[in-house]
Amino acid sequence: MKILIVDDFSTMRRIIKNLLRDLGFTNTDEADDGNTALPMLKSGKYDFLVTDWNMPGMSGFDLLKAVRADENLKTLPVLMVTAEAKRDQIVAAAQAGVNGYVVKPFTAAVLKEKIEKIFERIQ
Amino acid sequence: MSDSKKNHRGLEPEVTEKLQRQASELAESVDAGDYAKAMTLINELSEVRDQSLYREVGRLTRSLHEAIRNFQIDPRNAEQQEALSKMTDASDRLEYVVQMTGEAANRTMDLVEETMPVANAFREEAASLRDEWQRLRRREMQPAEFRELYGRIDRFFVSTASDADTMYNNLSEILLAQDYQDLTGQVIQKVTALVKEVEEQMLSLVVMASHVDQLTGTVHQIEEKEESAEKGVGPQIKADEREDVVSGQDDVDDLLSSLGF
Repeated sequence: MKILIVDDFSTMRRIIKNLLRDLGFTNTDEADDGNTALPMLKSGKYDFLVTDWNMPGMSGFDLLKAVRADENLKTLPVLMVTAEAKRDQIVAAAQAGVNGYVVKPFTAAVLKEKIEKIFERIQ
Repeated sequence: MSDSKKNHRGLEPEVTEKLQRQASELAESVDAGDYAKAMTLINELSEVRDQSLYREVGRLTRSLHEAIRNFQIDPRNAEQQEALSKMTDASDRLEYVVQMTGEAANRTMDLVEETMPVANAFREEAASLRDEWQRLRRREMQPAEFRELYGRIDRFFVSTASDADTMYNNLSEILLAQDYQDLTGQVIQKVTALVKEVEEQMLSLVVMASHVDQLTGTVHQIEEKEESAEKGVGPQIKADEREDVVSGQDDVDDLLSSLGF
């Protein structure tokens, strides 16, 4: 299971990385925005994408849309972990095909639950 | 500033009085058919109006100057440098807050990442010793195994003491790493005070501009601009009081399940 973590703040990437490791996912890479993440996703054979929304360069929302528009990536499970809390945004993310949505600040238990739920649905 | 505030809605009492007197004189002379006098009165009326307009504009101009001066952006004086550097200073200070909080977060995570394996190893060794100990109590242990267990328990006591030291020291360093809160708190309070000051002065400029608009009868077409949230707008403050914002993960889950997720 190879996971890409996308967030512009290195501390947040580190927190998510640690939580994922506790859940048994040790194979993780990091990117600091959509522009960096997209080429990595295209060439890197990732199984799961965890992304923030608000980032300089390409936002997580645009990244989500780019992933869904890409023939090879369109089925990639995407979990959004973000401080964006407007109802419209959550609806937009759902319509764009997000698999899970976690609002910051979050707990380890919430992250675990959402990830497990996504994998349950896929299998 | 306070002058114009008091008078911007109405004219000065003596002007109003004069206008009223002239208006009734005008009505009288029209009634009496004295159109020559009426014309003179109309001219006088518009003169009074013009004069009070000029006076008001003069007052507003002075207030505007005052407001701008308070802003300290007069390009001809040296204060401009300082005013501008105040803003630069504020962004430098906020940059410092980002740096401090970042360092503290990383320092804390370093220590946590260092402590977690110690706690893990501690738990595993304790669990394994407990199993061996149970075997001993059930008398399932051979003498050779017991001698090995004896040694392990000895080493466990030694490493427990040193692991506990490591954990204690790391925890106390984590505690110390939170000292940024005091410093960043002070910095943020200073910047907040500056923002408030700028806002107040900005507000007096806006009030001034609206007086000018009132006097000159200017109406602005202000286009409603809906901010797109697609780029992301960041954390929401006072989410509990807002309808269009979720107040936590439960809200998100409810919303998504209402959409069939």
